[in-house]
Amino acid sequence: MATTTDTANSEVVAEDGVRRRDFIEIAAVSVAATGGLITILPLVSQMAPSKDVLAESTTELDISALEPGQSIKAVFRKQPVFVRNLTPAEIDAANAVDPGDLRDSQSLADRTIEGHENILVVMGVCTHLGCVPLGAAEGENKGEFGGYFCPCHGSHYDTAARIRKGPAPSNLEVPDYSFTSDTTIVIG
Amino acid sequence: MSFPWAKQYEPTNPVMKFMDEKLPLPRLVYNAVGAGYPVPRNLSYMWNFGVLAGFCLVLQIVTGVVLAMHYAANSGVAFDSIEHIMRDVNWGWAIRYAHANGASAFFAVIYLHIFRGFYYSSYKAPREMIWLLGVVIYLLMMATGFMGYVLPWGQMSFWGAKVITGLFGAIPVVGEPLQVWLLGGYAPDNAALNRFFSLHFMLPFVIAGVVILHIWALHIPGSSNPTGVEVKSESDTVPFHPYYTAKDGFGLGVFLLIYCAFLFFMPNALGHPDNYIPANPLSTPAHIVPEWYYWPFYAILRAFTFDFILPAKLWGVLAMFAAILVWFFLPWLDKSPVRSGNYRPLFRKFFWVLVADMALLFYLGGAPAEEPYVMISQIATAYYFLHFLVILPLLSSFERPDPLPFSITEAVLGSDDKAALKDGAGSAA
Repeated sequence: MATTTDTANSEVVAEDGVRRRDFIEIAAVSVAATGGLITILPLVSQMAPSKDVLAESTTELDISALEPGQSIKAVFRKQPVFVRNLTPAEIDAANAVDPGDLRDSQSLADRTIEGHENILVVMGVCTHLGCVPLGAAEGENKGEFGGYFCPCHGSHYDTAARIRKGPAPSNLEVPDYSFTSDTTIVIG
Repeated sequence: MSFPWAKQYEPTNPVMKFMDEKLPLPRLVYNAVGAGYPVPRNLSYMWNFGVLAGFCLVLQIVTGVVLAMHYAANSGVAFDSIEHIMRDVNWGWAIRYAHANGASAFFAVIYLHIFRGFYYSSYKAPREMIWLLGVVIYLLMMATGFMGYVLPWGQMSFWGAKVITGLFGAIPVVGEPLQVWLLGGYAPDNAALNRFFSLHFMLPFVIAGVVILHIWALHIPGSSNPTGVEVKSESDTVPFHPYYTAKDGFGLGVFLLIYCAFLFFMPNALGHPDNYIPANPLSTPAHIVPEWYYWPFYAILRAFTFDFILPAKLWGVLAMFAAILVWFFLPWLDKSPVRSGNYRPLFRKFFWVLVADMALLFYLGGAPAEEPYVMISQIATAYYFLHFLVILPLLSSFERPDPLPFSITEAVLGSDDKAALKDGAGSAA
């Protein structure tokens, strides 16, 4: 490297020891680094859900044919969603438990919409590791508490789809939904 | 080989010492593009294009891998998946335009790199192998670029695939079965699209491999320089870092400005509107041309319109391939012992005539296949081969080169005695 004693290659050093070249170097590298970092944004962002995937984020369901005791499986964001018309016995069973005693304390009323307490809408995704629990179709194992049973690792959900036994940490998730009429719900 | 005065890598940090002992990767980088690689002190901006080409290769691989995450290589959905990338995928438009314009940028940079090689005779001993590997890289790039252009499965994609594989159909006896084999059918369809996608994904990594050989071969004699005079002593060189990292960095900045002007303000300027029409095997676009970077060779292909012993179709194909293959023989066709065009007055004139001839072929390759373009193509093609096969070998016997400087230092400073490093410890002279 050049030394300051060599006249041909001398560099101007200010009194505080800072060279002009130091400033230019820091400025140039900073601009390059900023540009490089900004380039990462599209490369990362492109892996996030695309607009056509996001456009599939609502599901409309007609539940007029759903009799008490019956369930239907629908698809919401490419995942199963269970809609169950609870029988009075199932509602009583759910209300008979003190939510305070549960792992994830919620009452049936917390998990349904006022005026439609018999319609239970939950994601069919076990909160343990994401398997689809049994119990929505006729003849399937509903578990020890008459709700849903996950065959992967043995989580039992009750009639309000609350976790009662097994490894799952929380109740089956209730997605955002609303009634657009007495017999139509929109999820998402 | 490196020059004896090259700086040695001496790590002080214990982590780097550990690394150097177990896997001397930092040492490799230090000796390849760091202070351990002495480079002629007089390299002009024409020496930027190797680094820029390397940047383009990385750019194409990164954007290409991303596009492959969203593209579907199936003739039923390929075109729609491109529109999906353009409209639905986050930043998909930017990444696809970056890839499409990146291909053009890559070829632009490579053409300047190649013509730098022509002018300064970079292909001459002891750098023949660098040149040969470079021609291999260029051929791989042409194959990769062509197959990439087929993937959107638009009209130009489809008819490009049909026409280019048709070239192989010109080969006597085996031509027709070969074309059917290449396509996996009688016309481009799903089989062709799938294999083109597979190969388009793989070939860039083959290119990267040959690039490593190209750089390896370069580091044996070291970089050439605008005088063509070999490095003699330490005062002829400067360390690659920081001198040429800074110079290449500046060049990269200028390159990115031009590239981004295309990317953000005219992303379709170099493309064809016809490729936004889905492939239709029953209708050929009125004016079918390849991408601009193939135009000179496309002009040569079309220049042969008459049968002469062999059919015209075969002549065109042979000439087109020969136009590139002749570059392989360049180190032995050009016999002049002087490398740089700066000291070869006659060669310099013919070099610029060749540039004009190539520019003309570029124009003609994009022009419609009608007169007067066909006749001009024939003349330009004839001159192209005349330059390489007749003019270049004969030039050295007629030409009186200008006197060469004694050394790079003398060319730069006027005399070796003015060098700050004169009588350097490692003088090889």
